[in-house]
Amino acid sequence: MSETALTARGLNKSFGSLIVAADVELTLPAGVRYALIGPNGAGKTTLINLITGMLQPDAGRIFLGPADITALPPYQRVRLGLTRTYQINSLFPHLTALEAVTLAVCERRRVAQTWWRQLTAYRHEIDEAYDILAALMLNSACHRVTRELPYGQQRLLEIALALATKPKVLLLDEPAAGVPRDESKDLFAAIAGLSRDITVLFIEHDMDLVFRFASRVIVMVGGRVLVEGTPAEIASDPRVRAVYLGKGRAP
Amino acid sequence: MPSVFGVLFDGLAYGMLLFLMSVGLSVTLGMMNFVNLAHCSFAMLGGYVTVTLMNAFGWPFFATLPIAFCAAAATSIILERVFFRRFYNASELNQCLLTIGIVFVSIATAAYIYGTDEEPVHLPAYLQGSISFMGLDFAVYRLFLIATALLITILLVISIESTRFGAQVRAAVNNQRMARGLGIDVDNLFAVTFALGGGLAGLGGALAIAMVGLDPSFALTYLIYVLIVVAVGGLGSIAGTFVAAMLLGVSDMAGKYYVPALGSILIYLVMMVMIMWRPTGLFGRR
Amino acid sequence: MTIQTIAGPHDYLRAQLRWRWSEIAFWLATLLPFVLAPNYLVLASQVASTALFALSLDLILGFCGIISLGHAAYFGVGAYTAGLLSTWGWGEPLSGLLLAGLAAGFFGYLTSFIIARFRHLALIMITLGLGLLLQEAANSASFITGGFDGLQGIHTWPIFAKFDFDLYGYTAYSYALAVLFLIFLLARRIIHSPFGLALRGIRENAQRMPAIGAPLHSHIRTIYTIAATIAGIAGAVLAQTTETVSLEALGFQRSADVLVMLILGGTGRLYGGLIGAAVYMVARDQFSGLNPQYWYFWIGLLLIGVVMFLPNGILGGLSLLTRRARAAP
Repeated sequence: MSETALTARGLNKSFGSLIVAADVELTLPAGVRYALIGPNGAGKTTLINLITGMLQPDAGRIFLGPADITALPPYQRVRLGLTRTYQINSLFPHLTALEAVTLAVCERRRVAQTWWRQLTAYRHEIDEAYDILAALMLNSACHRVTRELPYGQQRLLEIALALATKPKVLLLDEPAAGVPRDESKDLFAAIAGLSRDITVLFIEHDMDLVFRFASRVIVMVGGRVLVEGTPAEIASDPRVRAVYLGKGRAP
Repeated sequence: MPSVFGVLFDGLAYGMLLFLMSVGLSVTLGMMNFVNLAHCSFAMLGGYVTVTLMNAFGWPFFATLPIAFCAAAATSIILERVFFRRFYNASELNQCLLTIGIVFVSIATAAYIYGTDEEPVHLPAYLQGSISFMGLDFAVYRLFLIATALLITILLVISIESTRFGAQVRAAVNNQRMARGLGIDVDNLFAVTFALGGGLAGLGGALAIAMVGLDPSFALTYLIYVLIVVAVGGLGSIAGTFVAAMLLGVSDMAGKYYVPALGSILIYLVMMVMIMWRPTGLFGRR
Repeated sequence: MTIQTIAGPHDYLRAQLRWRWSEIAFWLATLLPFVLAPNYLVLASQVASTALFALSLDLILGFCGIISLGHAAYFGVGAYTAGLLSTWGWGEPLSGLLLAGLAAGFFGYLTSFIIARFRHLALIMITLGLGLLLQEAANSASFITGGFDGLQGIHTWPIFAKFDFDLYGYTAYSYALAVLFLIFLLARRIIHSPFGLALRGIRENAQRMPAIGAPLHSHIRTIYTIAATIAGIAGAVLAQTTETVSLEALGFQRSADVLVMLILGGTGRLYGGLIGAAVYMVARDQFSGLNPQYWYFWIGLLLIGVVMFLPNGILGGLSLLTRRARAAP
């Protein structure tokens, strides 16, 4: 029996009369690849914001493994192993790729507060950062300033930053967004190549990618979880079809 | 020891003045995120226009007020069209520095033309003195100030809430990109709003002479108060600016009357507490 | 045809640490006043202490993105601490320097808890408010601060009981320059440490920092305390070398001036504050015969000019020139 990596119970959040999360329940067993799909405005990114602590729920609890993290600030959740990436790149424009990932590694290793030792003395951290970049084919660009990188490589850097935090649970918000079709396959191959120790939940609109890389799919509509199942189950579920295609149309 | 009512009354009058001088900055900051620290230079301009027209040309006080408004509005729009619009995408810091540079130049120019002494202004007889009502004395000029400012506030609120122009302003403040997407000419709108805000500041400056005095350092001294009002009230909000102006006007007067030894400490303390409580201002967004 | 080799990561980062010839030239140039302008050593020592103050602002503004309109508060605390120690009978400069730094650092530490929680306009207004509050408090507490006239009776003892502070300024400038250089070395070390990288991360994208597990507020508090300590030391140097302290040491004018100097020189480059301070103060000294109004006029034009043509300050403009020169065949 595999342990549960991430649990959310009864998450609720509304802005005035706009309900963005209604009684959301989530249980992610360790090591599984989950896809979170749903129409725009369904509350998928909001759910990630709630789980990572960027947004405070009106009600509900969140557990990372056995630990209740509902009251923890975002950076402490990252330290416990819960990391996310952003749909729109949120990078450090004037830092080189290597510097950015090294920073994430240093933060994880709790050495980022030392102001009296030179960065060059931290060979392990720099090596680790370089290895992460190499695993994502970014090592040749590691000395280029982030904002000069092509978009696809920036997207990969986005993931590199997340990996530097050694996550147990990785939440990817549309990782292939804005990336051309042929490149997104490489991107997802990199994600698929991630260790089975990491539980991955990714938001995605491209059903091809969902079918290829996810072992389970969650469908959200209007702030609620509509249904959950294997990709095949979801594809044949009439409710899902109705949500995506509208009730009056034959598939 | 002045009575509480006296302090309240003076505080309200001072607050009205601050409101007139601040409302333009609040709306333009909220709309375009352009930090125009030269806003009080327009107020100072209005003041000097009034002084010049009255003292050098013998105009009656009332007649100078619309000219002060128009002069400040015209200057605003020229500066905006010719100069400011290139810096809408500059960093906040650069915008601050650019507009502070303009403040310095305006202060130096005013000192060069008018000298550094406070300008005398002779109010018409019917605005001088005070009225006795229910055992309290109310200075006529301050009553006039409050009445004028209230009238302008009502006009502002009506135009913001009920006219198409007002609706466009509210839309642009709320979400500039969306407003453009709806076909609203935000650039034009901003120019008009900028002019209106500058004009109101000029009017405020003209009205301020008889209450707080006018000298070349006006543009800098009152900038701090205006910034406090705008920050506490919330960017882009007329109601917020009004409430903040009243709050700060009364606090400042109260501080100066009851604890003069502490100087302006009260107003700064109130500002700090308000900002810490509501970082985006009383009526600010998010 | 050359084959591009990619520098190993360690080599690349180590290369950033090297002292450039321009830096060495700069520090050698700071020795010139002893030889070329011995009459101006008093001014030079004031420039040095102001440069140190600008450096402290660069740490929070240029490297971390915190815009402060009230940084003179810490400068003033340091200046008054050193000054008061002297008027109370202890005029030894080095210990006074240390105590001033501690006092300013402590005050910075306390205020950093407020500072770290806010951004954008709220942060600017809070730094402004803190500075103004301190100014008012210092004005009211004239029994301690000497009010408008300032502290009377400061006398700085000779350094190491040997080098006397005299009217010529040799000791003053040597002292100020030495303190500036030593703290500069410290600042340089901070910038090239993991913490320096974290600061740049905050400047580049503060929102992303918690998402990589960074304790954002803790980082900000740390650098703010360090910057306050350095500002306090700068204030103490000024107090000790000029043997005067008055309210302007913690006033809004000083906060605004140092901001202008830093922008003028260029933020985020460590040397920007130093160069900006030198240019600004020398210019002000040259123009000091002028009416204060005219000074405002030219400074206003300078500010407008800098924003229009040199948005990254003098150093930014220089680096742009050198890049263009290198790119040209």
